[in-house]
Amino acid sequence: MSTTPLRLKELSKKEELLTGGHRLCSGCGAPIAVRQVLLAAEVPVVAANATGCLEVSTTIYPYTAWRIPWIHTAFENAAATISGVETMYRALRKKGKIDRKIKFIAFGGDGGTYDIGFQSLSGAMERGHDIVYICYDNGAYMNTGIQRSSATPLGANTTTSPAGKVIPGKLQPRKNLTKIMAAHGIPYVAQTTPAHWRDLMTKVRKALDVDGPAFINILAHCNRGWRTGTNTTIQDTKLAVETCFWPLYEYENGRLTINYKPKEKRPVVEFLKTQGRFRHLFSPDNEHILQQIQEYVDREWEALLREEAFWKDQEEETAS
Amino acid sequence: MGKKLALTGNQAVATAMKQINPDVCAAYPITPQTEIMQRFATFVADGEVDTELITVESEHSAMSACIGAAAGGGRVMTATSSQGLALMWEMLYIASGMRLPIVMPVVNRALSAPINIHGDHSDSMGARDSGWIQLYSENAQEAYDNVIQAVKIGEHPDVRLPVMVCMDGFIISHSIESMELLPDDVVKEFVGEYRATYPLLDVDHPVTYGPLVLPDYYMEFKRQQHEAMLHVKDVVLEVAKEFERISGRSYGLFESYRLDDAEIAVVILNSAAGTMKDVVDSYRDRGIKVGLLKPRLFRPFPYREVAEALGNAKVVGVLDRADSFGGFGPTYMEVASAFTTNGARPLMLNWIYGLGGRDFMPEHAEQAIQQMVKVLETGEVEVQKDYLGVRE
Ligand SMILES: Cc1ncc(C[n+]2csc(CCOP(=O)(O)OP(=O)(O)O)c2C)c(N)n1
Ligand code: SF4
Ligand SMILES: [Mg+2]
Repeated sequence: MSTTPLRLKELSKKEELLTGGHRLCSGCGAPIAVRQVLLAAEVPVVAANATGCLEVSTTIYPYTAWRIPWIHTAFENAAATISGVETMYRALRKKGKIDRKIKFIAFGGDGGTYDIGFQSLSGAMERGHDIVYICYDNGAYMNTGIQRSSATPLGANTTTSPAGKVIPGKLQPRKNLTKIMAAHGIPYVAQTTPAHWRDLMTKVRKALDVDGPAFINILAHCNRGWRTGTNTTIQDTKLAVETCFWPLYEYENGRLTINYKPKEKRPVVEFLKTQGRFRHLFSPDNEHILQQIQEYVDREWEALLREEAFWKDQEEETAS
Repeated sequence: MGKKLALTGNQAVATAMKQINPDVCAAYPITPQTEIMQRFATFVADGEVDTELITVESEHSAMSACIGAAAGGGRVMTATSSQGLALMWEMLYIASGMRLPIVMPVVNRALSAPINIHGDHSDSMGARDSGWIQLYSENAQEAYDNVIQAVKIGEHPDVRLPVMVCMDGFIISHSIESMELLPDDVVKEFVGEYRATYPLLDVDHPVTYGPLVLPDYYMEFKRQQHEAMLHVKDVVLEVAKEFERISGRSYGLFESYRLDDAEIAVVILNSAAGTMKDVVDSYRDRGIKVGLLKPRLFRPFPYREVAEALGNAKVVGVLDRADSFGGFGPTYMEVASAFTTNGARPLMLNWIYGLGGRDFMPEHAEQAIQQMVKVLETGEVEVQKDYLGVRE
């Protein structure tokens, strides 16, 4: 089968598998990511979706925006649900009842993935199902009204970590789920954004190609939760990458590659200052939090660089 | 006819599952169910079944995976008990709401706290409104027979609902009894090929499972579940007839024991019904007209049929192995509702017994019947809900 080149001209001719007319907010990052994911896939895909903005807004009965087989069961179990679908596929294929090649994708928000769905995700990955789990991380429980999750960045103002008179927003840094998934030793793990569509689609293709579980963490802008306009989605997302708040990297069979290194790493405040959820941090009292966020970003970025250097050294050693 | 064997309840159920040979099963351990899925894992490892086994990391995921697999378009089973069933709660409603005919043996066990691994019906009784069909089994033979029939009941085109097959933890799951197994090919032919409706894996005809349904349509979905449940009684009887042809064993919606002319009727589920039947016999020997009704189909509850069967009794005592704190036991409530269908007004009593696996002894059965004899004489119920075999 020929593969559609990752060029806009060719891609624009492919059928969109998530149709317009859904009720996600304009400018929402999630459907942009999903459309890119589905455009990247070159084989039929069956998807599971955790409860959340993406799920509720795309399947308001009697309508559905999905042109692929799609299942939503609950919030914390997209990984378990898709593992059941994939297992039935193997069972029926073994018996000759299905002869098509089908791939399986689960979509979950950060709440449904980092928090309540973490156990089922970890279990499905450990069991080695041939599935791709995609987290669209918008940094909070958006569908229920912007509550903090373990993906919410340090200092962010959410409805359960409000910036108050004595507590200045979320006190904890975000959990590094991409690294945790890499620690599962699965064949493919990556982090990307829809503002880097070629990177995203290349990663989706790699994830679908591997035999076994893959995980992709996609930063998904949410103008409601981030407190921005609806027209800055791509701009704000690019800043997350340029400041190294959200680096683009991947683990292929455990080996790390950083896919993009900004020529000049921009200070994280450039990412923070465009978003209302961090506005309170720019008062003189909270300067130390901005500093903490910068330190956190630096530490994570440097750890990535060191790790990549380690792999390069390894290669040179084996080569020499 | 099949062959006679000495098997525990768990072994019998695992054997039924082997003979059914489902496409996908999920396994997670919990006492006293563990042995079922453990044995089944051996069948998978030895190639005795074609099943793909998902060894999930929790019961919540077990039911989630079963739902995904069943939506995929094949036959699916798992088994659980107690806390495991409690952890599945959310997913039970989703399995039935999606009309997926998953079959699940439930080895009845008490619920925490305090933690207790022994048999009572708190687990499955709590799930009685989850939209699952519930069959109860007195012994290993009935559990085996019910599991095989459950496949056909749940998958019937007029039904398409998940089924729980309940049996008592330890008392049945771990006791050896002599029973009869059907030949493998007979079971295979009986359950037949699975017919998928709207399989998720049909990529040429994409379907959306589990959409958001707002107040404009939600009630129609729920009403349809009730309609499907209304078909269950007929299907249970039809399947029972077919099953009798292959097994020689006959089943109904419930079992009536010496009930025809009974003035006193006892209603009791599962293993304790065996003990109760012996005690009924001894009272009959003394000339007291007592009989027993043992429900088999608890959901949907056959109200009219139960009321008719109990029609002549002046005193009805319902023994529950599960409590509703501050209310009557679950079986009592159903039997009391049953009389609204025919207007009968027997005097009713409710006993809670055997919680957390406390033995149900003949003297407990006698105590209840003795009390009912007194009520029959005096026409007065002093204590409507009481406990058997409990320290004061
Ligand atoms: C067991 C359970 N707990 C809570 C909820 C309520 N709930 C539905 S969606 C949602 C938020 C989802 O957040 P996330 O996964 O980050 O996705 P987003 O809405 O941000 O896209 C919550 C808390 C639920 N549906 N089920
Ligand atoms: S609230 Fe945020 S995540 Fe939800 S639809 Fe709107 S922009 Fe998207
Ligand atoms: Mg979110």
